[in-house]
Amino acid sequence: MFGLNSKDSTLLILVAVLALFAPFILNPFPEGSALAQFNAGYPDLMQRFVIFGIFAIGFNILFGLTGYLSFGHAAFLGVGSYAAIWMMKLLTLNVIPAIIMAIIFAGIFALVVGFISLRRSGIYFSILTLAFAQMSYALAYSVLTPITGGETGLQLKATDTPLLSNLGPTEIGRANLFGLDMRTSYELELGTWLFTFNTGYYIAAVCMLIGFYVSIRIFRSPFGMMLRAVKSNQQRLNYTGLNSKPYTLAAFVISGMYAGLAGGLMVAMDTQVGPERMFWTASGEVVLMTILGGVGTLIGPVLGAGMIKYMENIISKINDNILHQWFAFMPDGIEDFLVTIIHPFIGKGWHLTLGIIFMLVVIFLPGGLVEGGQRIGRMFGSGKKADADTGAADTKPAE
Amino acid sequence: MGILEIKNVSKNFGGLKALSDVNLSVQENTVHAIIGPNGAGKSTLLNCLVGKLIPDTGSVTFQGQSLLGRRPHEINQMGVSRVFQTPEIFTDLSVFENIMIPCFAHRDGAFQMNALASVRKQSDIHEQAEAILEDVGMLDKRHMHAASMSRGDKRRLEMAMCLVQEPKLLLLDEPTAGMARADTNNTIDLLKEIKEKRDITMAIIEHDMHVVFSMAERITVLAQGTPLVEETPENIKGHPKVREAYLGEAQV
Repeated sequence: MFGLNSKDSTLLILVAVLALFAPFILNPFPEGSALAQFNAGYPDLMQRFVIFGIFAIGFNILFGLTGYLSFGHAAFLGVGSYAAIWMMKLLTLNVIPAIIMAIIFAGIFALVVGFISLRRSGIYFSILTLAFAQMSYALAYSVLTPITGGETGLQLKATDTPLLSNLGPTEIGRANLFGLDMRTSYELELGTWLFTFNTGYYIAAVCMLIGFYVSIRIFRSPFGMMLRAVKSNQQRLNYTGLNSKPYTLAAFVISGMYAGLAGGLMVAMDTQVGPERMFWTASGEVVLMTILGGVGTLIGPVLGAGMIKYMENIISKINDNILHQWFAFMPDGIEDFLVTIIHPFIGKGWHLTLGIIFMLVVIFLPGGLVEGGQRIGRMFGSGKKADADTGAADTKPAE
Repeated sequence: MGILEIKNVSKNFGGLKALSDVNLSVQENTVHAIIGPNGAGKSTLLNCLVGKLIPDTGSVTFQGQSLLGRRPHEINQMGVSRVFQTPEIFTDLSVFENIMIPCFAHRDGAFQMNALASVRKQSDIHEQAEAILEDVGMLDKRHMHAASMSRGDKRRLEMAMCLVQEPKLLLLDEPTAGMARADTNNTIDLLKEIKEKRDITMAIIEHDMHVVFSMAERITVLAQGTPLVEETPENIKGHPKVREAYLGEAQV
């Protein structure tokens, strides 16, 4: 299908089905039940799943294939976001031009940063990209305030008059796709269950599927093979008559464009942007996502992104009151004891939980969640050969 | 005029004279060995030929074209392949992928932006890669992970990768270093077989006299950065200067 072999087609279809039915899959618990807070099927979070999925898929094309660890990818996300919001402020509230400009600007910026950073490899490359990203962050925060809005960032205002959109004098524009508002949702009530189908989410999901498809094609192309050869033995590649520089630069630009797409989509979903989007922790997050999910695997980055965003939004919302409710059936002393033990790992302490999970994954599953899925697949499906990528997707349908 | 002409090449590392005024001519379709004691400058000379190092003075020409200032991939595309002391292959890839990469390099040149093409559908590359694997007797190992092969097989694979590109000059940097005698003999047979089948020039840097005397047609002895003698193997053995510089310590 679409020039993919049957295994890759299966994976693509699986991801498409999961993305399509995500509002159901992520909302397994009825409204009002004690477990309802583990539901992740609300638009805001689902959008984040797919947008960060795109970011991580792109990052994996660079890091997973060539082994070059960029520590400044958030800069491209930010550049894409700023480009997108300016398109909305100046040209049209339709998200398509905004997203296209986000990709183009991020690509151009990645070309410049990559051209300079790729003169070095290993830790020096990482430091150079980090320096560029922090520089972009500092510039957006201070000197470039006329373009970036400085500390407060940019959002759509009543004073904005996009060229192609007819807005009333005090009307604040809303992002749309040919008139279809990004924020519209259709709510489906089935008994005590509530499922939300959001326009913005589905547009982001379509972008993610396209991005995922392109990434599979890149992985299976001669170009992708050369990138893996760069990671394996760059010296041999050069002495085989291949110039590794344009290959790595192209990979860098492509992954920068994915980041730009993610940034543009963020603006399309929620029409605002601030410089903190380019901060180094944001660059670090995508590294964590990729490693957690499985470096160099197709589905891994998406899983990693889903996992981290799920924890960030769900674990962080659990507080002591909720814990007391859960353990209410126990004797008072034990209840308080359990709550005290669990307290540091929830709410603001979700980073601690993430850190522990990350360490466990890196130590026991060097191949990330995908490797975990493969092992489980092998344990159960001893008869049929567990497939590398689909095996993992079966076990963790976070996205 | 040889296929490879090295004229007045000098290279210093700080105060160390690694090469001083080296003149060397490798004739087409010969096997030319460069021998010499440790520190004689053999590896430096080789690195000057492939673009890894740039000589301080002098000129290096291959088929009349200067190699100076060219990058390794450009020199390779001109028809100069290099085999390393320890086999350099793509250890994370399969044997078949290892062979396909030079096939692509040979067909498409140093860079090709074919990110949406499918490797599966390149039937000409597949045929070529299968043919060369058959040729070196590794077709049954095509799906093997390159890292898990024996050292002898890695060497064989590396040679095959070089040969895909039909190089005119093959540079070998101690191809049998650290090998057991049986493996060494296998390598010699492999090289002889390659030599018989194609029009190829070989320049070998080697410590092992057994390899040198069973293959080389010309031998250059390098000592302290300068060529001492250039002779046929028969004449080298008894040469007093060579004995003094080198063979005195090695048993022939």
